[in-house]
Amino acid sequence: MENKAEVVIIGAGINGCALAYELAKRGKEVVVVEKNYIAYGATGRCGAGIRQQWATKENALLAKKSVEIFEKLSDELGYDIGLRQGGYLIAIHDEEGMEQAKKNVEMQKSIGLPVRIIYEDEIKEIAPILDPKGMETIAATFCPTDGHANPFKTTYAYAIAAKKLGAKIYKFTEVKDIKVKDGKVKKVVTNRGEIETKYVVNAAGAWSKEIAKMVGIEMPNKPVRKEALVTEPLKRMFDCMVISFKHGIYFSQQEEGQILGGIPSPEEKVGYYMEPTFSFLKYMAYMLGKYAPPLKHVSILRQWTGFYDVTPDALPILGETSVEGFIQCNGFSGHGFMIAPMTAKLLAQLICGEKLEMPIDRLNIERFKGEITEEKAVVG
Amino acid sequence: MKIVCRCEDITEEDIIKTIDEYGCETLAELKQLLRLGMGYCQGRTCLILAAKILARKTGKTLDEIMPSFRPPVVPVEIGLIGGEDGE
Repeated sequence: MENKAEVVIIGAGINGCALAYELAKRGKEVVVVEKNYIAYGATGRCGAGIRQQWATKENALLAKKSVEIFEKLSDELGYDIGLRQGGYLIAIHDEEGMEQAKKNVEMQKSIGLPVRIIYEDEIKEIAPILDPKGMETIAATFCPTDGHANPFKTTYAYAIAAKKLGAKIYKFTEVKDIKVKDGKVKKVVTNRGEIETKYVVNAAGAWSKEIAKMVGIEMPNKPVRKEALVTEPLKRMFDCMVISFKHGIYFSQQEEGQILGGIPSPEEKVGYYMEPTFSFLKYMAYMLGKYAPPLKHVSILRQWTGFYDVTPDALPILGETSVEGFIQCNGFSGHGFMIAPMTAKLLAQLICGEKLEMPIDRLNIERFKGEITEEKAVVG
Repeated sequence: MKIVCRCEDITEEDIIKTIDEYGCETLAELKQLLRLGMGYCQGRTCLILAAKILARKTGKTLDEIMPSFRPPVVPVEIGLIGGEDGE
């Protein structure tokens, strides 16, 4: 392993690998260290969705600019990422929801997203499998350019492209310590050797809090266990992701035909708990039956867990810290996959001293010292 | 041609090629890349066969390369497990 690098990225999830690519493209010497294997954490366990319909402008912009990159990514990286844009259909259940939806749509339209409010007839037209009564919905918002991509393929696409440009990715390499001298990062100590460096990027997802402790930074993030399940493959029935902020449910039909989805589990708790629960399986099955009654006859093949790396405002933590050279790239709170392409680009611009395409000051960790505006459009 | 995973139609050659190309060290990585063991039988037939190929190629023990167990043990219908009232 190298004993020197310009940038060491901790974590080979989607954000770590995308950043490695963006930095390598700019000629930086990059080493990525990963405790397990590529996409072991949240990336490889996520719902694969790409949504631009957010309640905060920061998230909506990051997602919109990421979609613009996603649309060209298979060509750029020379690897099919399995992108499909079937839209996101977000259920509205009551007057309160409608009010919030109208506000969201107005903001989303102002940044150029093709979002609109649709009613029962159109909901049935877009996804005939849905039962608006069972969903207890009065309308929905729909954005046709939302969609999903294959998280494994996307992460490997970035990782392979980064390696071709000279980046090194070391799996099964655990960070034990980070040495700081005179307020600057100096060295990353791993179980396989030490790497001298100027920049350390903390892209360790649910474990980023533990990494930050090594340089004396306390983070407000919490690891929260989330569960998902997948059914047997079926012929194509609908193209959109269906979600509800009120119920927290999300589900879509993936490339191979399986239905994949999740909902906050009745036993959801904070901490590093990996066990899948029976109560999730039962609750998700019950809600799927209500949302899409024909699915009652479909078999569930598998359930698993992963972590959301949740911040107090559900917005990511990006950028510089009080320790020079220690860069945050975490706190994605359940939507790290969908905003990774733009996040990586911005952090690469920051590290390389370029002009940033959009400001990220409001996503700096220092914001938690003041008043925060919470992202409310969260599911799963 | 030797079929290893019948549900996802994966051959021994596919597995060896993927291990070589991506430097896979665990079955979890083969699952990610090939959908090995992610079909209807949930790997009941193929995972142990693939594990032996991987062990042979990497010199690791089966304990080191097996993936996590993901319930349910057998496929179960949504309507059966979810019921009518969520209870």
